[in-house]
Parts: sequence; C-alpha cells; structure tokens
Amino acid sequence: MRNVYLDYSATTPVKEEVLREMIPYFTEKFGNPSSLYTPGLDAKDGLNKARQQVADLINAEEREIFFTSCGTEADNWVIEGVADARRNKGNHIITTKIEHHAILHTCQYLEQHGVEVTYLDVDNEGFVSPADLEAAIKDNTILVSIMMVNNEVGTIQPIKELAAIAREHGVLFHTDAVQGLGNVPIDVKDLGVDFISMSAHKIYGPKGIGALYKRAGINIPSFVHGGAQEKKKRAGTENTAGIVGFGKAAELAKRDLYEHAAHSDRLRRMLWEKIEAEIPDITLNGPKDFTKRHPGNLNIAFSYVEGESIILLLDAAGICASTGSACSSGSLGTSHVLDAIGVPITKANGTCRFTVGDMTTEDDIDYVVENLKNVIARLRELSPVNGAEGW
Amino acid sequence: MALYNDTVMDHFLNPHNVGEIENPDGKGIYGSPVCGDMMQVTISVDENEVITDAKFKTFGCGSAIASSSMATDMIKGMKVEDALEVSNEKIVEELGGLPAIKIHCSVLAEHAIKNAIYDYAMKNGKEYKGLEGFDPDAEHHDDCEEGHCEV
Ligand SMILES: Cc1ncc(COP(=O)(O)O)c(C=O)c1O
Repeated sequence: MRNVYLDYSATTPVKEEVLREMIPYFTEKFGNPSSLYTPGLDAKDGLNKARQQVADLINAEEREIFFTSCGTEADNWVIEGVADARRNKGNHIITTKIEHHAILHTCQYLEQHGVEVTYLDVDNEGFVSPADLEAAIKDNTILVSIMMVNNEVGTIQPIKELAAIAREHGVLFHTDAVQGLGNVPIDVKDLGVDFISMSAHKIYGPKGIGALYKRAGINIPSFVHGGAQEKKKRAGTENTAGIVGFGKAAELAKRDLYEHAAHSDRLRRMLWEKIEAEIPDITLNGPKDFTKRHPGNLNIAFSYVEGESIILLLDAAGICASTGSACSSGSLGTSHVLDAIGVPITKANGTCRFTVGDMTTEDDIDYVVENLKNVIARLRELSPVNGAEGW
Repeated sequence: MALYNDTVMDHFLNPHNVGEIENPDGKGIYGSPVCGDMMQVTISVDENEVITDAKFKTFGCGSAIASSSMATDMIKGMKVEDALEVSNEKIVEELGGLPAIKIHCSVLAEHAIKNAIYDYAMKNGKEYKGLEGFDPDAEHHDDCEEGHCEV
C-alpha cells in the first residue's frame, strides 16, 4: 500500500541533512554548553551557529533569538511576560478568535488574573480587519497578538499593516508565526513586529524545540527560572541537538523558501482542482485567493459525512490528513476557527484539512483524489443525511 | 497502534445491515448532523413480535458507525421486548470496548433502536415495559466538553 502524508501543518519529517547535523550533539559533542572545557565549548558553538541560522531566516540579529522548548512555550512566555512587564502601563491584550490554543488558553488564564482580553472577530475567510484592531486599542492596551498564518484554514494576515497600527499607538506587537515560518517570507525589520513565536517541527526540524524572537531593547521577564542559559531569559540546560537541528532546518528553509512555497502551491492547487472536479457537494473553507493562504493548505467541508470517519477510511488507505470535526480523536467540540469564520456546524463536522509539503508528489495527489472520492461516496451511501432536510 | 480495537474497526470498515428497509414495521431517527452524529434504523417485525430484519444509516464517527452495525446485528432475531434491553453498555461490551470519550457514540444506536420500536409499538397499539417513560425526542449529548490538542 502507498503511504501519503498530507498533514505537514501538524508536523513534518526531519530532513536527512538536519538529522545528520544533530547526531554528533548526542554523542561526541554531548558536553553541557555551560561547561568550560572543549566538548562544552563545542556544544556552545553549535548553539551560537543555530541562533544565527534562525536569526537569518527572519532577518533578525542573533541576540534577538531565544530558544524555548516549543512554539507553545514561546507563545505562553510572550503573553505572560508582556502582561507582567507592562503591568504599570495597563492590563488589556488584543488577540483574535482564531489563534492557536497556545495563545487562547494563555489569554484565558490571564483573564482569571485580572487581565482584560479582546478577541477580534475575523471575516468569513479568516482575515482580521485593520480598522477593527485600531478601534479595539485603548489607553490601557499593552499587547496585540495576531497569528501570521492560521493553522486550520491557512489565512495569511496583513501583519505589516496590523503591526504598524499597534506601533502608532505605542502598543507591543506579537505574531505567532509557527505556520508562517518557512512558508512565507518573514523579515522582522520590514514587518515591524516586536515578538515572533517559531517552532522547528513545522519546518522539517525536530519536535520539542522552538524560539522567541524578541526585538532588541524590549525586556520581558524570564519564564523558566533557574540557570543563566539564554542570557538569563530561559533557564534549563539547552536541548543542543534540537537547537542545532532547528538551526539547520532554518538554513534550509531560507535557502529553499521560494522553491518550497512554489512546489507546495502547485500541488495544493492540483489537489483542489481534482477534488473539485471529482467530488460533488464540497466547500472550500478559508481564503479563495490562494496567494493569501498557506501555500500547502486546503480545508474542505464534505457535506453529509462526518470528519473522523473520513480520516479513518483514508488512514486505512495509507493517507494521513486531519479533521475539524466534533468527534475527531480526543475532541468533542468543533473547531473554534471554523466557527469564527461562520462555517455552519453541520459542515464543520465534515471538514478535513490537507497540507502538502516538500515530499509530496503528483502521484501522491492522484492517489489521494482516487481514494478520497471512494471514501466520500462510501460514507454518503451510509449516511441518512442528503441535504433534503436543509443539512 | 489504532484508534479502535479490531472488532470496532471491522464493523466500521465493513459495516453490517447498511441501508433502509422498504415499508418497515418501525422506523427511528436519532441525533442530527448538528450534534455530529445521526442514525436511522428501520426494522421488520413478524407476528410473533420477533425482529426479522434491521437496517441502518448513520452519519457519524467510527464509533457511531461500528455501534450501529453491532447493535443492528444484536437485535436481529430478538423478540421486541428483548431488543429494548439492548443498552449502550451491552453494545460497547460486544464491541470489546470503546475509548472513554467515545462511549456516548454508542448511546446513539440504543436510542435510535428504541425510537424504531416506539414507532412500531405506536402503529400496532403495543405496549412494552421497556418503553415506559421513554421520550423519543429526548436531547442527546450535553456532555460534549473534552479537551483536545490542536495541531
Ligand atoms: C499556529 C500554531 N501555534 C503554535 C503551535 C504550537 O507549536 P508547538 O507544537 O511547537 O508547541 C502550533 C502547532 O501545533 C501552531 O500551528
């Protein structure tokens, strides 16, 4: 059986070149980067090189990159850190209804501790309106956090324009770029943002390693307390192999950015065109203009069928994709993102996300379309719902 | 590693009793696509009040489809009053278990079958102990809050 992985937004395989770079840091260069002898200094060199590689991917300075245990930690750190550091200025944070839970749940936590949070609406393609942001800013606003690229429906926000509005009002601006990194060009100087969250495992690096870009001159307190690692901003002996892998993955992402995006976009369009031609009663969720969408992302509602059963039948054919359905594994509520963009719950329940990436081929696309067509037909046969009741 | 055990997967991948009986003696629908699952059951009942055939159509996840298949298997050949004893716990047991958060999906099958029998009972003026206090329009799942990992 063929295996086709179409869930690159969930995570990516580690590239050979990345793995090769990491391995020595488990074995001969295993020293603690804080130690003063050669193996420790070698490890430290590895960290410094990686920091430069990550900085280069987003046109930042090496000293502005702080490694964390994952993208989620970077999100938690910046939200809680700014709330703490700017306490004297105010206690109001602005974010959106379509953020990742790493942001939303952190904001909800802070709400229990006296912070006021505004969750901006988005339009039916997931875009935040700059005018809405402007209108939401108050005297006590201390931070705006808006994700660069949405993980479910792929919407790419006009970050430069949004960040400029925050800046005009003297408000710090953070963007969760976990899905944007390596998929869209990011230049911190051009964007004018203050913080960026990143994660290695979405760019063909290892899991369990992330970073926060913090613009030089802005101070927030440490989030993990202990030793003096990461310029005393993030304690804990560094995950050297992970950091080195992140660095290499960032280097490759910078080198191959346009090629990667063009390859993804070409296969994504092919997948969409074939699905649209072969399968009736479907709806594309998110931006119709593919240039304003994550280059590998498709999010499709298949009427009359339920998402988990689609995923299970695809899995039986060796195909990996994900769903925003209520009954998706471990979840019993439909996606907050689909809800925010106004997808009716009946359609949200039959929604699947497909994300293509570097290893995806044209043959993969053909294989997926053929199987998906059969899966949907089979489940529709089984379904008592057919649109007649208005569902 | 699989999400479900082999019995559940088998009933999901090759469900038994799929379809709709023409001119059924009883028909029941439960749930709606808004809730995330919905099942339709049709049954044939003979003069001895034995369920001679049962068919289903289900909109739902793997557990909902497997439970529908198993439950319709279970009631075929049963006396109506015995079929009313087929609880969701018994369906889950026959399936060899479901993940904890999916148990509610088997309630769908129990309830849809009761609805079909209720329809049969109404049409034929029958009364069953197992239908006492049964509300065919009862709301299903209000227990839908569980955490999940977004990726
Ligand atoms: C938009 C977004 N933010 C944050 C994260 C969390 O990143 P990590 O898995 O590294 O914690 C993810 C990944 O699931 C994501 O898609």
